[in-house]
Amino acid sequence: MSNKSFSSWMSSGAPWVWLNAGAVSISLVMVVGLLLLISVRGLSHFWPADLMSISYNEPGKESVTLVGELIDSEIISARQLNRVGVELPAGQASGERHLIKVGNRDYFGLDFSWINGPWMGEVTYPQDLMAIERREWGHFYGYLTAVKQQGEVVADGESTYAELQLRLKRSNQLISDIKALERGEVGKINAGLESIRLERRKLELDNVVAGSVQYVELTESEKVFDDSYKVLQATLAKLYAALNRDQMMVRMSDGREVEIPLAKVVQAHLPNAMTVPEKMAVYVHELWKFVSGDPREANTEGGVFPAIFGTVMMVMIMAVLVTPFGVVAAVYLKEYATQGPIIRLIRIAVNNLAGVPSIVYGVFGLGFFVYFLGGNIDELFFQASLPSPTFGTPGLMWASLTLAILTVPVVIVATEEGLSRIPRAIREGSLALGATKAETLWRTVLPMAAPAMMTGLILAVARAAGEVAPLMMVGVVKLAPALAVDNLAPYLHLDRQFMHLGFHIYDVGFQSPNVEAARPLVYATALLLIVIIIVLNLAAISIRNRLRENYKANES
Amino acid sequence: MVEHTLKDSVLPALDSPIAKRRRAWREFKDRSAKYGVAAGGMMVIFAIVLIFFYLLTVVMPLFNGAEMDVESEYEMAANNSRYLTLNEYNDVALTLNMQGQARFFDANDGHLLLEPTLPITADVEITSFSSGSPSTGVFAYGFADGRALLFKQDYKISYPNDKRMITPLIDYPLDKELLVVDADGAALELLTVQSSEEQTTLAAVTADKRLVISSLVREQDFMDEDLYTIEATSSSIELATIAQSTHLKMDIDQRELYLVDSNGMIAYYDITDIAAPRLIQHIKAVPSGTDITSIEFLTGGISILVGRSDGQVDQWFPVRDADNNYTLHNVRSFHDQHAAIVAIAPEYSRKGFVALDQDGVMGIYHTTAERTLLIEPLVDTANAVMALSPRANGLLAVTSAGQAKLLSLDNEHPEVSWHSLWEEVWYESRDKPEHIWQSSSASNDFEPKFSLTPLTFGTIKAAFYAMAVAVPLGILGAIYTAYFMSARMRKVVKPTIEIMEALPTVILGFLAGLWLAPIVEGNLPGVFSILVMLPVMTILTAYLWSRIPSRLRDRIPDGWEAAILVPVVIMVGVVSMLMSPTLELWLFGGNMPQWLNDIGIDFDQRNSLVVGLVMGFAVIPTIFSITEDAIFGVPKHLTIGSLALGATPWQTLTRVVLLTASPGIFSAVMIGLGRAVGETMIVLMATGNTPIMDFNIFEGFRALSANIAVEMPEAEVASSHYRVLFLAALVLFMVTFLFNTVAEVIRQRLRNKYSSL
Repeated sequence: MSNKSFSSWMSSGAPWVWLNAGAVSISLVMVVGLLLLISVRGLSHFWPADLMSISYNEPGKESVTLVGELIDSEIISARQLNRVGVELPAGQASGERHLIKVGNRDYFGLDFSWINGPWMGEVTYPQDLMAIERREWGHFYGYLTAVKQQGEVVADGESTYAELQLRLKRSNQLISDIKALERGEVGKINAGLESIRLERRKLELDNVVAGSVQYVELTESEKVFDDSYKVLQATLAKLYAALNRDQMMVRMSDGREVEIPLAKVVQAHLPNAMTVPEKMAVYVHELWKFVSGDPREANTEGGVFPAIFGTVMMVMIMAVLVTPFGVVAAVYLKEYATQGPIIRLIRIAVNNLAGVPSIVYGVFGLGFFVYFLGGNIDELFFQASLPSPTFGTPGLMWASLTLAILTVPVVIVATEEGLSRIPRAIREGSLALGATKAETLWRTVLPMAAPAMMTGLILAVARAAGEVAPLMMVGVVKLAPALAVDNLAPYLHLDRQFMHLGFHIYDVGFQSPNVEAARPLVYATALLLIVIIIVLNLAAISIRNRLRENYKANES
Repeated sequence: MVEHTLKDSVLPALDSPIAKRRRAWREFKDRSAKYGVAAGGMMVIFAIVLIFFYLLTVVMPLFNGAEMDVESEYEMAANNSRYLTLNEYNDVALTLNMQGQARFFDANDGHLLLEPTLPITADVEITSFSSGSPSTGVFAYGFADGRALLFKQDYKISYPNDKRMITPLIDYPLDKELLVVDADGAALELLTVQSSEEQTTLAAVTADKRLVISSLVREQDFMDEDLYTIEATSSSIELATIAQSTHLKMDIDQRELYLVDSNGMIAYYDITDIAAPRLIQHIKAVPSGTDITSIEFLTGGISILVGRSDGQVDQWFPVRDADNNYTLHNVRSFHDQHAAIVAIAPEYSRKGFVALDQDGVMGIYHTTAERTLLIEPLVDTANAVMALSPRANGLLAVTSAGQAKLLSLDNEHPEVSWHSLWEEVWYESRDKPEHIWQSSSASNDFEPKFSLTPLTFGTIKAAFYAMAVAVPLGILGAIYTAYFMSARMRKVVKPTIEIMEALPTVILGFLAGLWLAPIVEGNLPGVFSILVMLPVMTILTAYLWSRIPSRLRDRIPDGWEAAILVPVVIMVGVVSMLMSPTLELWLFGGNMPQWLNDIGIDFDQRNSLVVGLVMGFAVIPTIFSITEDAIFGVPKHLTIGSLALGATPWQTLTRVVLLTASPGIFSAVMIGLGRAVGETMIVLMATGNTPIMDFNIFEGFRALSANIAVEMPEAEVASSHYRVLFLAALVLFMVTFLFNTVAEVIRQRLRNKYSSL
């Protein structure tokens, strides 16, 4: 081939083959690149990065010291640099600029600042530079000078850091105690009071005369709740007082010294002084907090546990709904219905529904489930709490139902495929032994088709977990006040709104006030969602493959 | 039990009662399973069909016309009503006549509720009457001595014993005294009034043919609530025309004045400066032989409705031309009535109106939608007045003989029609007919613009750019994977690309909006160089590969070309990105988006290029996997036969395999298109969501799906907006369903063809 000319090589078709190959390569590079991008960005967020201290000399201004974390660097042309006033040495066509997270938003106004490389002076990594994660206002970077108790200095110098960690542990413990109390006991009392209000309203609706026994009983139990609430309040006040005991003094990069109450601090580290294993420990801890913690600061910080919980709950309820219906419909279509043009038409329709845009299901869910069904349920069963709706508003149940309708074609198609793969011989064998059709189905066909049903279900779950558009209409919210499951009867609250990982990504990435600060968190959330969905899909694929081999074994 | 058992058997004898019972039980189970499954299956299928019908039932009311029902008919004392109004609850009405008598009466049976006496002395004759915009409830009588009386209707609502009680009353916004309109004291023959909190303006045509305008501002004393002064500004114009002035109307903002004369001419004045009114245009509004028989403002005070003697109603509004001059334009006409229009009643909050003609026939119209909703006889005489209730759900008509008729109107969605949804509509204050989507606004008399065309255009634009990326990559990739790739590599590649399909689109949208869009903006030349360089470098690599010694070449077996190309692709990407600033500096003055703006191409950061790339990425796996299946499924004996006859693999592919699999590829493209059309999160997050109609790749768009996602949660249930959004969903549903059905039918045919080959 080597002595053939270029034109004959062209006409051999080889370039086309290579172009086709190129399409595969591009697709592969895109998929793998995307997964890598999200993994790297999502996972690096939790690593305690080194803190730089930079002396920054902007011409015409006093030299300042900046302290912070390097987020991003980019190379831009001399002309662009020139526009912001940077003069590069002659002959240099481009220069660097860096994005530094300087934190201390309450003092500096902005967490992030772009700085121009040519103006940077000396960069150091001081061992005693501290990164403080706060409950409000984002990160704080500075040098720890002292720890105070009720305004009195209790530690400075060598032992400060150790003392701080001890006291931080105490304040975090107090905060979790307070939270437990507020969620548990106070929540119970509030729910009790609310149910009394509803009872009273019900009595009014039933035209029970005011002052009758029922009313008196209600008032009495209300009093019991009020009393226990007073006791609780006293306990809480004590806990809060204890929490506000300690403060820390920190010096910022510009020399100002500020006081931070420990009640506002989640944790504090000296990242530059940490060894790699220490950093690893912090990393794992951070990762755990992300998965198990509650969001803070309009979802831009903290964890995503409620979103994970909401996603899982919704998907589970959906699975419970979708499996029986999908399987029954598939069995009907495959085993019982007379195969003819109508069934073929229905089959095509069902197939196609899998391709109908999910937003259409959302619109349907909102109109039919939420407003029509929910509104009627409220009229019939929850009259007492009207006009505030119980089921006549977006919620977990409607979201699950909507997604069940959205994914039922997936289950039907997968189950049908499984049923059609079962060799005739097995069915006929069972019938020949005298089993009825139902018995054949129940004892032999369905067990054999179970893996196919599993595949369908897993695919349905994977699809449901990643859908966002319909959920935006039928129940997902930015921040749910309570989880759908708690310690109050009836324990599972199907009417509650919930949080969802996918919506979390949309909301934090596009609706939050501080997108720049929230971005790493969005990558982490995206990674979490991708991992869940890929694991589910791989499970479905491996089940499908094993299934096929089983049948091959059966057929031979 | 033992005696029923066959010898040495655990089974009961065939005809034993136990066996019979068992058989019956099994038969029962079998049958109930049959019916149970059938019922369940039907239910699921029914639920699925329900989606379509539910969407349809929500959408249908949009296209229903108006309906009317006669609530009550009664007789009242005839008092030659000049004007009639109806309150919000359709229960209290007010008539005013030229004798200065006001009567509040029950709209359901006509019994008198209140007959307030207006401060009119018998010695001056009432020469004219005017009402302000219906929503203000302001009226004025003009007198023969050049003065006028301004008054206002009001309803006090109280709830004694939880029952609504409405107490009507007459109020005086400025002063109980008569106001001087013409300082010269000439009789006011035509009068028009508008009054707001800040300012009241009266304009009149006097008996000596002058147009007088008087504006009054009430200034409250800080200290004492009862003390106030009235500041007046006025002006007067001599009317040059000989023709008889017939109508005079002022808009609610007290800025424009329209004077109609018996020749069918409209004089359009700008009275923003009361002291110096300006005639902007004098225009013949009707053909010769036709008269203007009534004139009324549409709500909002921008358009005027001109009722003609031939039964036609024209809508006119001022349109701004290129030199910033306003001229009146006849924007649309309704000609469903055939007798002279004697009265026009505009709706309070929508751009609809009711017209009554000389034959007593009424027509209900909506201007924006160009809809005639109802034409129905209302009264038997030409001498009647009518009033539309503020919610536009009730209509009261009273003839001069005192015959009254109260109607309830059912006219929920007049603003939507085929015309307003899909065609160019000339909206108020616009200089030409346009397609606009603007569903809501803060103002009350807003004209909703429900054109689905820009949204559909956005959807098509998104789908087009996405398909431009996905179709070549998906199909070429599938061809290679199915036909040339080594089996071992295929085992890895196929699931990898199929995993892409499961990636939540919210993640892709997030990456598109926050990661890719800034990168594309900053490295635009690099992106285009990738697009150009990738095929070039691929061919170059291929050629170089064919040139290297076969010793080296043979180390890698056939079917691994894609793996060889991976580093090439990465290299092209990296090099293009690195070269981008240099290219930008060299070709586009250092900033390509700026350069594009300078040559007249608008550039948004979140644009169709980004959407095309990312949504293309989302659609690739769909197209890839279906195409791959179709090509892989081509019976092997066809390809083997072709190869055996001496065709090269490429010839076999193009002449045999692709031809056979082409229906499958077509259906792959259809299904991919269906997905691109319905995709929501990517278009929502990666574009600016502005409903523009421009195919520019550097601008955004607003797609149907994203529009639903954005507006649905805020739409009021059962409002027109809500139903139009449902219509958008129905359109998406039907379009994708159609695409998928076509694809599915083709695929099934293909499957039959393969099995017969």
